[in-house]
Amino acid sequence: MTSLFSHFPVDRADWRPSADLATLAARAELLARVRVFFRDRGVMEVETPLLSPGTAPEPNLEPIACCGGRHLVTSPERHMKRLLAAGSGPIYQVAKAFREDEAGRRHNPEFTLLEWYRPGWSMTALMGEVADLVRMAVEWSGPPRESTWSGVFRRLLGVDPLADSIAELERAAREAGVGLPAGLDREGICDLLLSEVIEPALGTEGGALFLTGFPASRAAMAEIDPGPPPVARRFELYVGGMELANGYQEEGDARCLAERFQAVNDAREQTGRRRLPTDPRFLAAMEAGLPPCAGVALGLDRLLMLRLGRPDLREVLAFPWDQA
Amino acid sequence: MLTHNQLRQGTKVEIDDVPWIIVDAQFVKPGKGQAFTKIRIKNLIDGRVIDRTYKSSETVAKADIIDQEMQYLYSDGEFWHFMDPATYEQFALTASQVKEVTDWLIEQANYQVTLWKGKPISVVPPPFVIMTITHCEPGVKGDTVSGATKPATLQSGAIVKVPLFVNEGERIRVDTRTGAYVERAKG
Repeated sequence: MTSLFSHFPVDRADWRPSADLATLAARAELLARVRVFFRDRGVMEVETPLLSPGTAPEPNLEPIACCGGRHLVTSPERHMKRLLAAGSGPIYQVAKAFREDEAGRRHNPEFTLLEWYRPGWSMTALMGEVADLVRMAVEWSGPPRESTWSGVFRRLLGVDPLADSIAELERAAREAGVGLPAGLDREGICDLLLSEVIEPALGTEGGALFLTGFPASRAAMAEIDPGPPPVARRFELYVGGMELANGYQEEGDARCLAERFQAVNDAREQTGRRRLPTDPRFLAAMEAGLPPCAGVALGLDRLLMLRLGRPDLREVLAFPWDQA
Repeated sequence: MLTHNQLRQGTKVEIDDVPWIIVDAQFVKPGKGQAFTKIRIKNLIDGRVIDRTYKSSETVAKADIIDQEMQYLYSDGEFWHFMDPATYEQFALTASQVKEVTDWLIEQANYQVTLWKGKPISVVPPPFVIMTITHCEPGVKGDTVSGATKPATLQSGAIVKVPLFVNEGERIRVDTRTGAYVERAKG
């Protein structure tokens, strides 16, 4: 008996691209403009491997493991820094990056990063160049503003994310209408408040905002300003209530980086996750010497979302994750 | 158990000992921070809608929900009886469980009954049903273009708008999602 309730099979019905063709033309145009931007500034385009035996372990990034123990890169960072250590000078890359399980309106497990490095530059100088590049795609009024990570918690939620008690943070979440999962620690509460309350309010009303002064625990490969309190020399750019870019004053000390990877792997193991392989060639390059530099990774798919006013990543990708 | 990336729209989950269907799922994650999945869920028994947020390390139980095609048998006024045509097992649904479907109930026809842990909790009709008109004003011959309609009472007691040329005693196809007349049934 044929069921009255059967449906057309979805794996055939959705063969068409989820972005319209005009959007794909706008993507091509944006890429062309990006390449002109960097050529005019003497920054060299490079290509680096997508599959690598090593990783740069992070607490909240899961690389996708595949063929022969290799991993798809979560960013081109390690390989680009090997080029910098080899004396490449300023370089940029338009690269696919892969992060397991990150799928949503603003995430696709396979996405396009624009990453670039400026030897001899300060983080502040690089923030200026990031603003120049983004302004090429998205109009905003006035100079970008800057705020510290703890400053936005105070301003938007009336709490000090590092000094106030967990109970006070929970109360602020309740008042803001954010439901917290049970047993969330301080960092978890702050992450959820940042996503739910703070991010939507940043860089709205036609402006842009650089967030700086992140906790040292979220430094990744950025230098740490010893303080007190110690803070990461790291920035994120927010435009239209969306995180667009993440940059560092780069930490080049091989021993310091090796210790951070070790600490991440220890923490991963304690929470029941596998240890991730580190990257001896990357650490050897750091020992040989990374020139003092600032670097940044910018989500090109998100930049296109902002440029075209599209609320969902699906609308700017030809074939998103569930249609790949 | 479902991991956070398996929490998708349309998935049925059991939370607080109640079955729910996910009506919206959103992945959120600040740059270097932890990932969360926010879900909006609708209670499959009373229709209540709430929001929940899960950490990426948390799991959620899949609801033991089966959608089973069943034949409607009869109502005794208190319960509405359906039968699984494969096993001949009968299930009794209450008035509140069938209230969305009573307009489209025809004895011997098939419906989709939702079972939670083997017990019926709701029923939906097929997208289209064919029903007999038990009462309407006489047809107007030849008027197939004016677009004018008249009310017609169906065998279930439901009233739908039909074109003027349709007659009492005729069988018509009706869209159960909108309650709209589609066409005269053939044969």
